[in-house]
Amino acid sequence: MAARVIVTTSGKGGVGKTTSTANIAAALAKFGKKVVAIDADVGLRNLDVIMGLENRVVYNFIDVIEKTCKISQALVKDKRVPGLFLLPAAQTRTKDAVNPEQMIALCEELKPDFDFILLDCPAGIEGGFKNAAAGADEALVVTTPEIPAVRDADRIIGMLESMGKSPIRLIINRLRPNMVQDGDMLAKDDILDVLSIDLIGVVPEDENVIRSTNNGEPMTMSLDSPAAHAYLNIAERLLGRDVPLMDLESYAGRGFFSWIKKFFSGGSKKK
Amino acid sequence: MGFLSRLFGSDNGKDSAQRAKNRLQIILINDRTDITPELLENLREEILNVIIKYVDIERSKIAIDFEKEQGATALVANIPILRIKRGGSIAMN
Ligand SMILES: Nc1ncnc2c1ncn2[C@@H]1O[C@H](COP(=O)(O)OP(=O)(O)OP(=O)(O)O)[C@@H](O)[C@H]1O
Ligand SMILES: [Mg+2]
Repeated sequence: MAARVIVTTSGKGGVGKTTSTANIAAALAKFGKKVVAIDADVGLRNLDVIMGLENRVVYNFIDVIEKTCKISQALVKDKRVPGLFLLPAAQTRTKDAVNPEQMIALCEELKPDFDFILLDCPAGIEGGFKNAAAGADEALVVTTPEIPAVRDADRIIGMLESMGKSPIRLIINRLRPNMVQDGDMLAKDDILDVLSIDLIGVVPEDENVIRSTNNGEPMTMSLDSPAAHAYLNIAERLLGRDVPLMDLESYAGRGFFSWIKKFFSGGSKKK
Repeated sequence: MGFLSRLFGSDNGKDSAQRAKNRLQIILINDRTDITPELLENLREEILNVIIKYVDIERSKIAIDFEKEQGATALVANIPILRIKRGGSIAMN
C-alpha cells in the first residue's frame, strides 16, 4: 500500500472542512479502504468530536513528532467501521509546534500502512494551512455558495496550484436547492464558472449534519440523508468511479421523505 | 433574470444570485491580478497620456478594464479616436 494523501482546505473558516473530512473518511472505510484522518488543526481540534472519538484520545500527532510516543499509540481505531483511524491534534499547543518537513515525514511514515490519508486543515492561509498542505499530494477545497467563501477558495486554489498539488477538486457545501431555483443562491455552475476548477461533489444544506455531530457519528456511517449520500458519492468519485451528481433540484421544495423515496426507487446505483 | 429584467435593463430586476456572480467575477479579477482600482486608475491615466501625444481621443467614451476568458486575463482598452494628429506616427482605430 502507498496511501493517497489528500488535504481538505477552504480559506474561509466554518464552511465544512471537518464535516467533510470525517464523512469522506468514514465513507472510504465503508468501501473497504484503510483510512486515517489526521486533525491538522493544532490548538483548535474538532475532528475527534465530529467523529465521536474524543474519549479515546490519548496521544496526538505532535507527541509522535516529538517522539513522546509511537505512531501506533497515537492512532485511535474507530470500532464502528473496520479500517478507520483518527490521528488527533494537540489541543493545548500552537501551530508553531510543527513545521512542514515534520508533516511530510509523518505522512511518509503512515503511507505504507494505509490507502488514504486525509488531512483536516485549519482555515486561513497561514502556517497551519501550509503545514497541513505540505504533506499532501491532492487537495479538496470546500466552499459554500456565498461570495466570501468562493473568493477565499480562489485564493487557496492559487496557493495549492503553486505548491504543485494535483488534482485540486471542489466541494460545494450547504447548497440550498430551493434558493438556487428561486435565483437567490449561486448555483453550482456559477461557482464552477468563476473558479474554473473540477467539481467532486455538491453537499446540500442538511440538518442531519448537526444531528450527527450531536451523536458523534459521521452521517456516512449509518444515516440515510441527502448530505450522507452526497458524501458517499464524493468518496466513490475519489475511488475513480463515475457517479452522476445527485438531482438536488428535484429535492428542492419537496419534503425530505418524498425525496428519499424517489432516491431509493429511482434506481440509485448504491452497492 | 427573466425577460422582464432584460427588457427594463435594470440591475434591480436581477435576482440576487446573478448579482453575486457578477460581483464575484469582478472581485476575483482584481484578486488574481493583484490590481487595485487605484492602480487601474493610474494605469489608465498613463496610457491615455501617451496616446494623446499622437491622437485626439474622446475621453468620455474610454473603457479600460480587465477581461477574463478561459482562465486568461487580458487588459482590454477601447479608446475611440477623433482625429490623428499631424505628425503622429501610429494609426489606431
Ligand atoms: N451540509 C451542511 N448542512 C448543515 N450544516 C452544516 C453543513 N456542513 C457544515 N455544517 C455546519 O457548519 C458548521 C461548520 O462546520 P465544520 O466545523 O465542518 O467547518 P470547518 O470548515 O471545519 O470549520 P473551521 O474553519 O472552524 O475548521 C458546523 O456547525 C456544521 O454543523
Ligand atoms: Mg474544522
